[in-house]
Amino acid sequence: MALAKTSQKFNSSISAFTIGTDDKTVTLGGENVLPFYTFDAPIENAPKIGAEISDLGMEKNVPGIRDYYAGAKDFSELAAKAAAIPGVDFVAFSLDAADPNGENRSVEECVEECRQVAAGTDLPLVIIGCKGTEKNEALFDKIADALSGRNVLLMSAKEENYKTIAASAGLAYNQKIGAESAVDINLAKQLNVVISQMGVKPQSIAMNVGVAAAGYGFEYVVSTMERVKMAALSQNDNMLQMPIVTPVASETWNVKEAIVSEEDIPEWGPQEERGIDMEIVTASACLASGSNAVILRHPASIAAISEMIRELV
Amino acid sequence: MALKGLDIFKLTPKTNCKQCGVPTCMAFSMKVAQGALPLEKCPFITDEVKDQLSEATAPPMKTIKIGDHSLGGETVLERHEKTFVSKTLYAMKVSTANDDAKNDELLGKVAKVDYDRIGERMYCEFVYVEAAEGENARFVDLVRKAAALDRDLILACSDVGLAKEALGVCGGKNVILMGADASNYEAMSAAATEAKAVLGVSGASLEELHDTVAALEKLGNKNLILNTTGANAKEAFRNTVEVRRGAIKGGDRTFGYPSLVDVASLCGGDAHKEAAYASLFTAKYGSIVVLTEMDYAKALPLYGLRQNIFTDPQKPMKVEPGIYPLNGADENSICMVTVDFALTYFIVSGEIERSGVPVNLLISDAGGYSVLTAWAAGKFSASSIAKFISEQNIEEKIKNRVLVLPGKVAVLKGEVQEKLPDWQVVVGTNEAVEIIRFLKEYQK
Ligand code: B12
Ligand code: SF4
Repeated sequence: MALAKTSQKFNSSISAFTIGTDDKTVTLGGENVLPFYTFDAPIENAPKIGAEISDLGMEKNVPGIRDYYAGAKDFSELAAKAAAIPGVDFVAFSLDAADPNGENRSVEECVEECRQVAAGTDLPLVIIGCKGTEKNEALFDKIADALSGRNVLLMSAKEENYKTIAASAGLAYNQKIGAESAVDINLAKQLNVVISQMGVKPQSIAMNVGVAAAGYGFEYVVSTMERVKMAALSQNDNMLQMPIVTPVASETWNVKEAIVSEEDIPEWGPQEERGIDMEIVTASACLASGSNAVILRHPASIAAISEMIRELV
Repeated sequence: MALKGLDIFKLTPKTNCKQCGVPTCMAFSMKVAQGALPLEKCPFITDEVKDQLSEATAPPMKTIKIGDHSLGGETVLERHEKTFVSKTLYAMKVSTANDDAKNDELLGKVAKVDYDRIGERMYCEFVYVEAAEGENARFVDLVRKAAALDRDLILACSDVGLAKEALGVCGGKNVILMGADASNYEAMSAAATEAKAVLGVSGASLEELHDTVAALEKLGNKNLILNTTGANAKEAFRNTVEVRRGAIKGGDRTFGYPSLVDVASLCGGDAHKEAAYASLFTAKYGSIVVLTEMDYAKALPLYGLRQNIFTDPQKPMKVEPGIYPLNGADENSICMVTVDFALTYFIVSGEIERSGVPVNLLISDAGGYSVLTAWAAGKFSASSIAKFISEQNIEEKIKNRVLVLPGKVAVLKGEVQEKLPDWQVVVGTNEAVEIIRFLKEYQK
């Protein structure tokens, strides 16, 4: 029997989703095949990489990150450095300090930080909220206004707060919305449905379907992403065709493998290498499962993942 | 792939003689296809036909055994359809292209990574010994050195004479002979069969690989592994997907074998890229992944990923609720509470043990969920903790009245304190890895 190839080119596709302005835009999605299956049909928009910076400052225990950002005097310089990392497509700014259970930085301060970030780079921007769901409502309302015209993606609209975020950021200021759910295809779909019902166009929504570091319940991440892609492509489910954006770094740089010092466990070797590989392995598996973009921190991780994407697409 | 009634019908005599107890050959064939009747009920089905049919009803992908390891045997393309059965295994590569010192250094590192994660031994299962082109001279020597290690072997060598010589020094090891291609498969197959080795097959293209496998099957060798490494990463990914997909979705049994991807050859010595591709091929269809080096930086995330992807949902991921005294804890030691999710228990107990501080670890019944999942699902709450403490008679068994909560559920503190007024409720750290520092400071 001669070789008979099986193809999985679908009639439906992931919706194309664009952030940024002028010639500095980034488009996610648009493909009608599984991740990296360029042999079934060409993938026009390769997966993208965001460099994450935080308003709490950058990892102090990781020389490669600390030294790279050393000397940045304000958020605008931090953003400029993030944008300059080879392989970066967009800058992601996390408002970690806004957390009411943490530093509880005021909305006004956060808006000012975002203004600085926007001034520091003309790459597309993604703003990631804090852990406080209610705080994010107020934050995103003001940030969507302050950054109007920049066509930014505001992550972290959840079941609990999507109404105000969709109404203000999505409808009033015409920004893009990131719908965040907890590793479950039904929850992901439901959130897209209710946000769409408020009048936000499906093309203005991206999804964060949840993530964990490799080894920490990651099987649910793989299965959720794979099921979402299958439903989107093979069943033409337009409430699951939004591209997936996955904040990988915020998960991976917290786990033991990335933070325990070499002094504590000498046989494990240098801490920084462990952090980088945890970030790379998690990001690569997310991309293989269906993420259209990953958000990373370490310049070395960004280098490896961007090369992999370039080689595969 | 299910066998269709029509396929079976074609093989019956189509005489409708009713000896099988069914009115027509067609009806009989349908029943067999459904599994309702055994094929043997029809006396006219010859052995030859039976063979043909058992071929067609065989699983889409063969399971290849190498020592204690199983490769392949998969029936689905995505893990949510049905559990994946054979986890990806890893190999470290030595080559005659390296100088002796480099190879010695690498061989010395093979056994470095070896640890336990939730009851599973994590180590590099194979050594991959390569005879680089034009560098045959030191190959047998290198194989001899690798064979001295406590690992299974993969011999990459396309010269039959050399392969035979190398097989001769493997000393009863489990071996994969990665050597057959379109030009030498007959002799290579004989050498592998004689040495009871699994035969690895390569091809310049998918078509050539397919033809060579078909030819080997004709020779009767079905103990095979397919080398899906291409000239570059894109080709390797394509080959690996096409082979697995062809077998499982396309029903092409010629591709129904495990695959080997030589990631090291794709990355030009860049360790970070090797980590990226090792992850890709662990997620997507690599049965064996070959790396330059397996160090802890790569192993920790990769083995964690593998354990997740190949997890068996039939096996409970739960531990028994109860009091777990660690580091010789007694009634005067403090209590720390967490959930009954096996992964959480494994991580938290490990850190407490590392601290050396006596602690009573209280595992409450939280439905086998992680801390935040259980909290969000209402299975780890102030009332569930209080109920657990009273049901397990903890106040009688333990005199110490300090109870440490996981930092991720700091919000529960007030309520737990209210329900357990005699206790001093303390919020612990977010991550288990900080427990050591926390306990050391707490002791002061
Ligand atoms: C896998 C997963 C699931 C799996 C469950 C797997 C399982 N067995 O738990 C599934 C898909 C079933 C699931 C379901 C849900 N999930 Co869930 N899930 C996750 C995910 C991705 C990983 C969880 C995990 O395995 N963590 C690893 C373990 C080891 O972590 P851990 O138990 O917290 O332990 C660590 C620390 O807490 C610490 N620690 C533990 N014990 C102790 C004790 C002491 C004393 C100390 C000091 C420290 C300590 O040590 C560990 C290592 O550092 C997380 C997101 C994430 N990245 O964490 C979401 C997450 C936990 N889920 C979430 C939610 C909301 C849910 C659902 C409620 C969704 C829904 N609406 O249905 C459901 C609940 C289940 C139900 N409906 O019954 C949310 C919780 C939100 C919140 N902040 O409260 C999360 C955070 C996702 C999110 N960002 O929204 N989930
Ligand atoms: S015994 Fe065989 S030949 Fe006779 S009816 Fe049944 S299937 Fe047909």
